[in-house]
Amino acid sequence: MIQSLADGILVGAVLSLGAIGLTMVMHMLRFANFAHAELLTIGAYAALVFDRVFQGVNATLGVKLAPLTLTGSLVVAMVIAMAITGASAVLIDRLVFRRVREKGGELSMVFASFGVALIVRNVIGLIFGLHTELYSKGIAFAVVVSRDPLLLIKPDQVFVLAATLVIMLVLHLVLSRTTLGYALRAVAENPSLAQVNGIPLKRMIVLIWVIGGGLAAVAGIFYGLTNHLSPVMGRDLVLPIFAAAIVGGIGSIYGAALGGMIVGIASSLALLILPSGYSPSVPFLIILAVLLVRPNGLFGEVRA
Amino acid sequence: MIGVLSYLVFFATLASILAIAVLGLNLQWGNTGLFNGGVAAFFGAGAYVTLILGGQPQDEHLGDFALPYLLALAGGIAAAALLAWIVGRLTLKLRHDYLAIATFGVAVAFENVMRNAEWLTGGAKGLRGFERPLRDLLGDGLTYNIAFLTVVLVALVLVYGVLQRLAASPFGRLLRAIREDEDAARSLGKMPARIRLTAFVTGSGIMGLAGGLYGSFYAFVSPQDVLPTLTFQIWAMLIVGGAGNNRGAIAGAFLIWGAWTASGWALSRFAPVEAQLYTGSIQFILIGLVIVGMLLWRPQGLFPERLVVSQSGKPGH
Repeated sequence: MIQSLADGILVGAVLSLGAIGLTMVMHMLRFANFAHAELLTIGAYAALVFDRVFQGVNATLGVKLAPLTLTGSLVVAMVIAMAITGASAVLIDRLVFRRVREKGGELSMVFASFGVALIVRNVIGLIFGLHTELYSKGIAFAVVVSRDPLLLIKPDQVFVLAATLVIMLVLHLVLSRTTLGYALRAVAENPSLAQVNGIPLKRMIVLIWVIGGGLAAVAGIFYGLTNHLSPVMGRDLVLPIFAAAIVGGIGSIYGAALGGMIVGIASSLALLILPSGYSPSVPFLIILAVLLVRPNGLFGEVRA
Repeated sequence: MIGVLSYLVFFATLASILAIAVLGLNLQWGNTGLFNGGVAAFFGAGAYVTLILGGQPQDEHLGDFALPYLLALAGGIAAAALLAWIVGRLTLKLRHDYLAIATFGVAVAFENVMRNAEWLTGGAKGLRGFERPLRDLLGDGLTYNIAFLTVVLVALVLVYGVLQRLAASPFGRLLRAIREDEDAARSLGKMPARIRLTAFVTGSGIMGLAGGLYGSFYAFVSPQDVLPTLTFQIWAMLIVGGAGNNRGAIAGAFLIWGAWTASGWALSRFAPVEAQLYTGSIQFILIGLVIVGMLLWRPQGLFPERLVVSQSGKPGH
């Protein structure tokens, strides 16, 4: 029980980071982006490439920061991966989404996002192979936190959770304390009115993709660190991330953060009752439950 | 010669079955503007329920009903429609993209349950024990397949005819009105949520019919048949053919199914052995490119919807 809760919070951290970016895009550009989870894959694999490169260049970077399996090179690679993923998100928007958007049709965007997801996922599969990858071959030993009730936690997991909370805090401060954050929230609230007040909409859209992509990269890397990397990780994560955004209420960043935790914990606890084969269905059940009880999510507003 | 003929019959049967599903999607997306991200689930519900209802008694899973074929097929259609009704009731009043997410979720959950619920569906091994109807009379060879193709074509023509009539009827006009401007339709006293639900359930029922025919054709269905791939293929067919145009939808189904099987054949024939593992990936990239490319350069499809003025202003018409 306690173990499930701990595992759920950990999965939840990854989902929260993914859902924050998704909810921002869904709110501002008004379409369900089914390609968002592929940004996690891009980030995770970009970090893998640069991690290997740095280790090759300078072996001391490859030393594990005990007790974590995390290495100095992966930390540097993570920063680069965030930039690459943010840039990829902007590029995808330029190449596809912006042009479909200009032709109109919110639902055409949803179709396009599925097409983009298929392309990205399978190109990554072609480049890196269909097998799974790990950042570190070393085995991460779990630490026994408590024997009764039994609770095992890996140091990496603690790091992931702490880092997620720090990132969310930074995001919160940026959104609530800076002019930039104010502008972002204004655009999310009412794009036309924000433009009237001199906020450059196009630049804000770029910024949203950069932030969303950066957070997605971190989420992907954390997923890779605590599970493994695979070209189809986006396919497996897209529904839980959507569930997190819907639970929180679309457009609500704090809702998405909390929604991720709720979906993570609920999925983990559900496995106490359901056979583990059914775990991919759990996010769907959560979505249905939310739509039944509180269709606009915990923090969402009614919007047509 | 016989080989070519039997392959053509096989190809035409599958393409026509998929064309029926594309027609169902066209009613939802083309005529009403509803996004269905879970075509595979409704198709699969039709296939599974038809085979369970029409199948012989089995030890490993459910399926001892042995109902007459048409009754079993009707059950499959009803199951797909029921699934659509449940999802539609929950989502059609909300933002448009909720339907996209919920239907996508249905497809994920459906495939997942079919794969795991062995007592119900045989799990990953698939559902067996179904006898193709009239097998005693027609045997298993080409004769049977030609007869089956005829049945599928009749079903396709029937669905096409009904949908054409529907599109030209006041109801069809109402669907387009809701698609174009929901508020205006509501201001005229129409009930968009209810109309949309009707269109969604009907379209999904048609997909269920396609699924039921597909299951009967193979006398077998497994979770491999209801993967999201199917949904993407059917979308590509509609987008290429032209959303809103029933003839375009059928043409798109034959074109894309032809391109899919041809690319699969070419990759397996000419690609180096070590690349064989990746043929699936290459085909997915191609289908992604088709969807994105069509949306960017020809969003109206190869055969665009012809907008008609259903009642001219002049008296006497």
